[in-house]
Amino acid sequence: MMAENGNRPRRSLDELRQTSWRLSRQIMKMTTDAGSGHPSSSLSAIDTLTALYFGGIMRYHPERPQWPDRDRFILSKGHGVPALYAVMAEAGYFDPQRLMTLRELNSPLEGHPNMRALPGLEASTGSLGQGLSIGLGHALAARLDGRDYRVYVMLGDGEADEGQVWEATMAASKFDVDNLTAILDYNQYQQTGPVAEVMPSLPPFADKWRVFGWHVLEIDGHDLQAILEAFEEVRQVRDRPQMIVAHTLKGKGLSPFEDNDVNRMHGETLDEEQLEVALSELDARYGYVAGVK
Amino acid sequence: MDIGKRLGLEYGPPTRNAFGEALLELGRENHDIVVVDGDVGNSTRTQSFGDAFPERFFNVGIAESNLVGTASGLAASGKLALAASFACFLFCNAYDQIRMSVAFPRLNVKLVGSHSGISVGEDGPSQMAIEDIALSTSLPNFTVLVPADAPSTRAATRAMFAHEGPVYLRTGRPKVPIIYPDGVDFQIGKANQLRDGRDVTLIACGLMVAAALEAAHDLSQEGIEARVLDMHTVKPLDEEAIELAARETGCIVTAEEHLVQQGLGGAVAQAVVARYPVPMRFVGVPDVYAESGKPQQLLEKYGLMPADITKAARDALARKEAQHAGSLS
Ligand SMILES: Cc1ncc(C[n+]2csc(CCOP(=O)(O)OP(=O)(O)O)c2C)c(N)n1
Ligand SMILES: [Mg+2]
Repeated sequence: MMAENGNRPRRSLDELRQTSWRLSRQIMKMTTDAGSGHPSSSLSAIDTLTALYFGGIMRYHPERPQWPDRDRFILSKGHGVPALYAVMAEAGYFDPQRLMTLRELNSPLEGHPNMRALPGLEASTGSLGQGLSIGLGHALAARLDGRDYRVYVMLGDGEADEGQVWEATMAASKFDVDNLTAILDYNQYQQTGPVAEVMPSLPPFADKWRVFGWHVLEIDGHDLQAILEAFEEVRQVRDRPQMIVAHTLKGKGLSPFEDNDVNRMHGETLDEEQLEVALSELDARYGYVAGVK
Repeated sequence: MDIGKRLGLEYGPPTRNAFGEALLELGRENHDIVVVDGDVGNSTRTQSFGDAFPERFFNVGIAESNLVGTASGLAASGKLALAASFACFLFCNAYDQIRMSVAFPRLNVKLVGSHSGISVGEDGPSQMAIEDIALSTSLPNFTVLVPADAPSTRAATRAMFAHEGPVYLRTGRPKVPIIYPDGVDFQIGKANQLRDGRDVTLIACGLMVAAALEAAHDLSQEGIEARVLDMHTVKPLDEEAIELAARETGCIVTAEEHLVQQGLGGAVAQAVVARYPVPMRFVGVPDVYAESGKPQQLLEKYGLMPADITKAARDALARKEAQHAGSLS
């Protein structure tokens, strides 16, 4: 039964690990099947999303996606949306069978998030740089309406090249929105190279957000326990927005992605052979066997 | 995509690739050429220039406003500056910079936008430029080029650099039919007549030129002879060719891979009404954002196929004949 307060059952750490394993598999399979998309960008984000949606952090009603008191999640790096689709299907927003319609004509699972096509998506993104501002708007609206929902925004590290990210950073600090949490998916790569080469003075990130008055944490973005603790910590912060710098691997360390030193296969899907390799590496790492659990 | 296949047209490289090749060639010839890109050189195809001339290539990261501003400064200091990104991010993210730092001061900046139109396909509307012709042609001092195939894109790239002043060159993502021979000439502001006819004129740009040729072929099977104009320069428009088409064929259809209400069609209509009013019909993306899908499926769903042009041509022709009948009675 659904709690009226939107609180979701909190899965155990073991269950979360298993969820993340299953959704990681789905990300790779659905993008390979679609023949286009951004699997490596999705895989770096999947553990954070798993913790948010199934670790008892966010409150939401999949059957009432417009419930006014829901927590909001905005995927500012919209190209990572296969991760969000996998999570939303798992949460019950739609039938998981539909994951295999990714990027097909007439499917609500578009190549980038379209909030008018799929209930539960909070923003239409895909042009980088815009999500944090949108999140700030939601956070301010909560204050005006006297609601206690929280807003989570996930940004790419390369995305932080965009000036608008810093405009939103300053404004969020000015307005003391403590119901706004940003997560930086610090996977070290953008489209044409490592972040440290494309924009060398952008990293390190933590101090930059600190000097703008944010509460900043740095964590291993694939350590579910650490992610959960970070989300618990930011909830306690008053009068300032929070940034979680999540150190991640673009492609989750799987060899077909790791073999690419330019951009970790940015925007490229695995071919059938690479998919086999990546899936079996993933299974071995988690110690699960597909179809058994 | 199958546009042009029934005509026996072969598919060549995407126009973005042709642009990239020509840019590399020009970079060897002219050391004043500098390129600014925004973390998408492997998409816009400026990357081969960047690899060959790293000292003249500036990847400013995902930051389109800064991209355009930097190109402006380079141009003001005498460089032949080219700024490239996806057409939608370039025009929609950096429009004020394009207006204030390029158009208004009339600086010699070349803008190149890839991923134009809905033939982008599976990535969906956020990556598709369908407003860029409207935005670019709205700016005083701008020249706007929309070449149809790889050979004419190579030539357009050359012509763009030879031209003094702000230019926007629109390129596309998919492979497209080859219409012109290698080494074809590209004259800014001068439409190419690809086929003559006296019943109706089809005026198209970009990928829709091949669609118009196929439509003209189909129409001739029904005994309707269509003139086809490749209006590769949307600004300044070849108003002479448009007036002649109006006078000699009596009705006009435009076709473009862009919002129908503000692009090539609107510009042609303005010229037609001012010079020699005749019935017109318009083929383009209707007033909506498209969706993800295969390029062919999207072109079909949003009405950008040769059959949509033939239908529009029959409508325009019927209207012309009704008017003639009316004026005789
Ligand atoms: C405004 C804008 N410019 C360019 C792009 C093209 N683009 C898509 S993803 C990407 C790289 C993003 O890198 P990052 O933020 O690090 O995300 P990751 O894929 O590494 O998670 C780029 C440049 C875009 N989507 N939006
Ligand atoms: Mg990254």
